[in-house]
Amino acid sequence: MKNRRLRSNRLMETLAAWVLVGPAVALLVVLFFVPVGAVFLIALTDWQFGARTLNFIGLANFREVFSDPGFRASLANTVIYVLIVVPGTVLAGLLVALLIESGKSLRTFYRAIHFVPFMATLTAMAIAWEALLHPTIGLVNQTLGALGLPTANWLRDEATVLPVLAAIGIWQNLGFSMVLFLAGLKSIPRDLYDAADIDGADSWLDRLRTVTLPMLGPVTMFVVIVVALRAFEAFDTVKVLTQGGPGHASEVLLFTLYRESFEYLRTGYGAAVAVVFLVIVMVLTLSQARVMDNRVHYQ
Amino acid sequence: MSARHFVHPTAILRHAALLSSGTLILVPFVWMLSLSLKPPGEIFGASFSLLPHHWYAVENYQRALTSAPLLRYMANGLIVCAAILALQIAVCAPAGYALAKLRFKGRDVIFALVLIGLLLPHQVLSLPLFILGYQLNILNTYAALIFPYVVSPFGIFLFRQFFKTIPDDVVHAARLDGLPEISIVWRIMVPMALPAVIAFSIFSVVSHWNDLFWPLIAVRSEELMPPPLGIMAFRNEEAGNDYGPLMAAATLVVLPLVLAFVAAQRWFVEGLTGGAVK
Repeated sequence: MKNRRLRSNRLMETLAAWVLVGPAVALLVVLFFVPVGAVFLIALTDWQFGARTLNFIGLANFREVFSDPGFRASLANTVIYVLIVVPGTVLAGLLVALLIESGKSLRTFYRAIHFVPFMATLTAMAIAWEALLHPTIGLVNQTLGALGLPTANWLRDEATVLPVLAAIGIWQNLGFSMVLFLAGLKSIPRDLYDAADIDGADSWLDRLRTVTLPMLGPVTMFVVIVVALRAFEAFDTVKVLTQGGPGHASEVLLFTLYRESFEYLRTGYGAAVAVVFLVIVMVLTLSQARVMDNRVHYQ
Repeated sequence: MSARHFVHPTAILRHAALLSSGTLILVPFVWMLSLSLKPPGEIFGASFSLLPHHWYAVENYQRALTSAPLLRYMANGLIVCAAILALQIAVCAPAGYALAKLRFKGRDVIFALVLIGLLLPHQVLSLPLFILGYQLNILNTYAALIFPYVVSPFGIFLFRQFFKTIPDDVVHAARLDGLPEISIVWRIMVPMALPAVIAFSIFSVVSHWNDLFWPLIAVRSEELMPPPLGIMAFRNEEAGNDYGPLMAAATLVVLPLVLAFVAAQRWFVEGLTGGAVK
């Protein structure tokens, strides 16, 4: 009797659970998992958007992608962009966080100021940056000119366009890494500083070297990966400011993905680019999971 | 010890450093605002000043609002963000509750699916989602802007984590009162999880107000464009090098979120960086 009631309770609970979770599962399948599978399949075909027939052509799209100088430039640009944005964002965020934590006054104020670019609409701010970087009337060139320094046509020059876009990327993400470092700093136990004090590490620099920076190690790894993920997904500034130009000088992966898939309607090629992009992001994310695991062991 | 009682030189250095980096960070905002107040003659003139000699704000903002349907763009952004958020909460809160508080076959598999969903960069899905939108014949409608985001793996994950911290006794007591499970979700759990709801709402609204990638693919008509797409179209078609109205439009697009941020700073920081620790 009791067993039967227990079993029917179990059944009721399972039923209730599926009613509650069912819509979410169905939508996850339709909007996430079927599309991911579809990207891989499309990447193996010669299908073009709107065509009635398709053939499986194996890895031909990937061969085409990797032998395309345009795509190689895009991949190389993305890597360079990430290699500038990540150290810049992490170091600047760490520095600002350390400065904020080193005193008590105006903490929230400083945190707010440095965080604003992270939530401000990047498309609109890109247009503001364009005005700042304007070759003749922009503040950047006016300031450089007044100081007697060389000026440049920042967004139209192959040598400067990618570093300038990366600088905007650092400007946008700095507040984000700062907040993560602030949280990391808060979680360092106070008694470690007391212990360091007893051991004679009493200057600010000594404490930084012996306690703060070593304890921030795991957080730093985490920030590096999260910022790298954001940098790989750069798109808005490229779309608004340069369209990948001049030449291919500022073309990045997501922009290539967008243009091939939706402007040139090279569907199979675009899907192959999406797969490459997905693999890069997945490798990064999985290494993040490992870092998070290590952090748990560490504490 | 005594250092606390007067202003230490390092404290002055700290303020000097943070004020300069803060000023640099704000330069694009200040420049945008400054240009939006100036007449063309001063924008293209050689002299440099932050404030205009002749105030031209009314003309610039008027042109931004009339020569582009800027208010329409912002209304579109509001409609799309509100619809996405409402649907996400409606779908994710019950799912989060089931994963946190109910025992049933398949729960671990579903949670694994949610975690995998969290890892997928959404742009990778855009091509199949575009085809799906085309098949459903909803491209170039509000529905096209909304449907890919109806379910949020991050939302399910966040609700599950928060619901797990609510004691089981609360759920048992509600069941003894005869509340059905769905009412437990909406009348007990969600009100108790208000901090999670607020954090998620900020995350969702900020992401979708600012999104350019998907709207660029999903809609063509000007009447449907959300703010980022709208302001890009405005720059390409109308304003070109007419910086005053363009900067006025950019200011108006950025303003709502910045004002909300100033009013609720702590919530914004939590909501937006919580998303990173996914």
